[in-house]
Amino acid sequence: MPETKKDSGAECGIYLHIPFCVLKCRYCDFLSAPAAEETKEDYVRVLLQEIKEKAPAFQNRTVTSVFFGGGTPSILKAGAISNLMDQIRTGFAVSDDAEITIECNPGTLTREKLAIYKGCGINRLSMGVQSADNAVLKMLGRIHTYEAFLESFELARKAGFKNINLDIISGLPLQKEGDYEKSLKKLLRLRPEHLSVYSLLIEEGTEFYRLYGEDAKIRENGGKPQFLPEEEAERRMVHRTAALLAESGYQQYEISNFARKGRESRHNLGYWRRSDYLGLGLGAASLVDNHRFHNTRALDDYLKYEFSPQEEEVIDKKGQMEETMFLGLREIRGVEKAEFYRRFGVSMRNVYGKVIDEMSADGLLMETEQNVCLSTRGLDVANYVMAAFLLD
Amino acid sequence: MTDQERIRNFCIIAHIDHGKSTLADRIIEMTGLLTDREMQEQVLDNMDLERERGITIKSQAVRTIYKADDGEEYVLNLIDTPGHVDFTYEVSRSLAACDGAILVVDAAQGVEAQTLANVYLALDADLEVFPVINKIDLPSADPARVIEEIEDVIGIEAEDAPQISAKTGQNVRDVLEAIVKKLPAPKGDPDAPLQALIFDSKYDSYKGVIVFCRIKNGRIAPGDRMRMIATGAEADVVEVGTFGAGQFLPCSELTAGMVGYLTASLKNVKDTRVGDTVTNAAKPCDQALPGYKKVNPMVYCGIYPADGAKYPDLRDALEKLQLNDAALQFEAETSVALGFGFRCGFLGLLHLEIVEERLEREYHLDLVTTAPSVIYQVHKTDGTTLSITNPTNLPDPAEIDYMEEPFVAAEIMVTSEFIGPIMDLCQERRGVYQSIEYIEATRALIKYDMPLNEIIYDFFDALKSRSRGYASFDYEMKGYVKSDLVKLDILINKEEVDALSFIVFAGTAYERGRKMCEKLKEEIPRHLFEIPIQAAIGSKVIARETVKAMRKDVLAKCYGGDITRKKKLLEKQKEGKKRMRQVGNVEIPQEAFMSVLKLDEE
Repeated sequence: MPETKKDSGAECGIYLHIPFCVLKCRYCDFLSAPAAEETKEDYVRVLLQEIKEKAPAFQNRTVTSVFFGGGTPSILKAGAISNLMDQIRTGFAVSDDAEITIECNPGTLTREKLAIYKGCGINRLSMGVQSADNAVLKMLGRIHTYEAFLESFELARKAGFKNINLDIISGLPLQKEGDYEKSLKKLLRLRPEHLSVYSLLIEEGTEFYRLYGEDAKIRENGGKPQFLPEEEAERRMVHRTAALLAESGYQQYEISNFARKGRESRHNLGYWRRSDYLGLGLGAASLVDNHRFHNTRALDDYLKYEFSPQEEEVIDKKGQMEETMFLGLREIRGVEKAEFYRRFGVSMRNVYGKVIDEMSADGLLMETEQNVCLSTRGLDVANYVMAAFLLD
Repeated sequence: MTDQERIRNFCIIAHIDHGKSTLADRIIEMTGLLTDREMQEQVLDNMDLERERGITIKSQAVRTIYKADDGEEYVLNLIDTPGHVDFTYEVSRSLAACDGAILVVDAAQGVEAQTLANVYLALDADLEVFPVINKIDLPSADPARVIEEIEDVIGIEAEDAPQISAKTGQNVRDVLEAIVKKLPAPKGDPDAPLQALIFDSKYDSYKGVIVFCRIKNGRIAPGDRMRMIATGAEADVVEVGTFGAGQFLPCSELTAGMVGYLTASLKNVKDTRVGDTVTNAAKPCDQALPGYKKVNPMVYCGIYPADGAKYPDLRDALEKLQLNDAALQFEAETSVALGFGFRCGFLGLLHLEIVEERLEREYHLDLVTTAPSVIYQVHKTDGTTLSITNPTNLPDPAEIDYMEEPFVAAEIMVTSEFIGPIMDLCQERRGVYQSIEYIEATRALIKYDMPLNEIIYDFFDALKSRSRGYASFDYEMKGYVKSDLVKLDILINKEEVDALSFIVFAGTAYERGRKMCEKLKEEIPRHLFEIPIQAAIGSKVIARETVKAMRKDVLAKCYGGDITRKKKLLEKQKEGKKRMRQVGNVEIPQEAFMSVLKLDEE
């Protein structure tokens, strides 16, 4: 990990990974698993130590976002979260208006937990509801019913949380478009401030991969899948989502993210804009002064206080340009030309003029005086466009 | 130094897998010239490729010293012969360098088509042949039956044939004694003008061309001016010597009866053609040794670098390979789809595959190969005749009076249970039935005349699968036959892809066109637009498939801050794109050009 050279006030995000859950969801490929209470306690102890040891290098930074991700961070005893927050505030300069998020699984939230979260300054909840349809929740391997979620959501509102995100999945096996829309509308009635709507990805190593991996490949090659929605139907769900959410007053600001005005996730935007962030906990990834690295992904090692940077990679100017483009294009507003010039001292057109022209001609990119962004069609094939921004 | 009485020049002939190389190893081992350390698994098969395929491609030779039961020391020159039908001419020249041959027959499998072909070549070359029954250690070995078969089918005495296991070394000494007792010593005149038969040559960057030869008459020593009779090339001899195992052993001179090498700072094997006669320029012989012929390629294909920038590298590599392989021909050509490359000529499909693999393995080139083609004779309405090796060069159908294609006489040996399927296969491949002979109750030799272009695709594979590997196959060129041929073009997104065109028998054009379209549909990745794939004869489309447009290529989630994973994915995508060929606005993977060569895989 590099000694940070930033001037006082340079901003930075902090990510804390909590790799535990009640039960592994069947589609999930995140670094998370159920664990014994004792293991969780050991883990928090190590994590506290990691914060303590790594904080001094960030003396001059202002932390503008903290994100407890997982796994299911809310699975921990509420006291653990407040201890972690305390340790962070001890080691880092967390700004007064910092966005502090915790991911919670409905079914693990209690009034008490919410009160403690609130008390330690957490001001944003991200709830993995996924669907308002109990049959779907069961199929996904979720531990909660929609009713249980509703209860949690009410509790959260009552506890005073005014910034709540809901995670939703579309494009599920055997999912009918009408049913999906019904579920989405049901969730919209709750008027959350933010929505992350992901189209299902069949990831290797998951239960879903075993069940639907073949199907996903067939679809990828243009064939007719047996369980998964056909490509056209899958896209229709994605497009319908965007339309419905727009009608309901949400602004799409990223490929999968929607928010009411001013409620965009500052922490996530940091990833797309290449702001510095320090990842703490098992497997957590960091970007600090153009060094990318991550913690060990082996829990046994981590529990032995092994949190030195792994696979540290220095991103050179070429890499920075590439990242600026392929990450920035995830945002609906795209990449600002002035910002590009400010960062690299060369115009975006100088570096990427040819790609921009080709992609624009194919109707995948839109270019204005100020910026370059994906078109509606471009959003559907974002990887194709982004890959073209890698330099030789 | 060595008088001819104590020299034996011989080769081993056998069907693939009957144990030729293993026997050679044992002979080398038992004559004790090699230390254990030098003893590689298969001394004669130097090239990795040969080892993997279990066949010997280029002939090589080795000299060993054997102390026989009569107390005398004998020089045994073992000349290795290529074991494949593509190299029949090379085999015949290797045989001509010998005075005798050991015929190795598998004690379980008996006589095979290739065994027959090679024995006849050996007998044609007036070699003394004695049989050896190998693999007697196999449970299925039946030496008595095989002895009978050799006598019946080939007509040579086999009663007292050594029965050995080259693998275990059992009775191999009997083979050594038989070499000394049964094979004749060379009978050349050391004082006559030089006549040396070239049976192989190799290019070495230090020594230049190394000529492998058998001295029939006369003698040759460093400093002599030598002349190749057929090519007319002359050079001063720099070094002469004999063959250790895997090394050259220089000596002061080579004399009549000896097998050895000579170097003369020649830069190109083109000057030292297999079968040519070396003589002394100062005191030339009256006439060349018989049997020389210039070998001509039978199969052609386009070879292109996957990365266009590697074109000069490909040229260099082909030139280097040609130094060692006079049968390989190539000339520059261009393809709209594939850019700059070479049209290459080969002795046969195996030769083609070997060259391709060597280019990839030894020269680290990534290649795109077009479908192999034979040489078609195109008789034009104006009375002229064209030889076409590249389908793209076929004249307009209106200018063509008729076309001819090469036919081969094919011999397939097969056990009786597979006769039906094999005959079906030959008929499907437009074979013209000639005869069937039963060699014994359960085995037959089937003869068909077949179009060469039906053999060069995947005939070997089909033969193997339909006979569960039991059929053996041999063919020789027969001549040209008038045939109903058409050029089949492939259009991708309405654009003709020249590298995918080929000439095909009109009766099978529809079937082949349909299969090609199906195969290409699998190989061409989806684009942002729909891509029609069509097969056409002239302007008539005979088959069509469609690659659906890509609707979706996006990662919904981005794994939190793990950007490295995302970037790797994009890099893979970009890398895949780099390996594609642009035709119009369609990107075609290299593999697509090759996949259409294997249409008959189920």
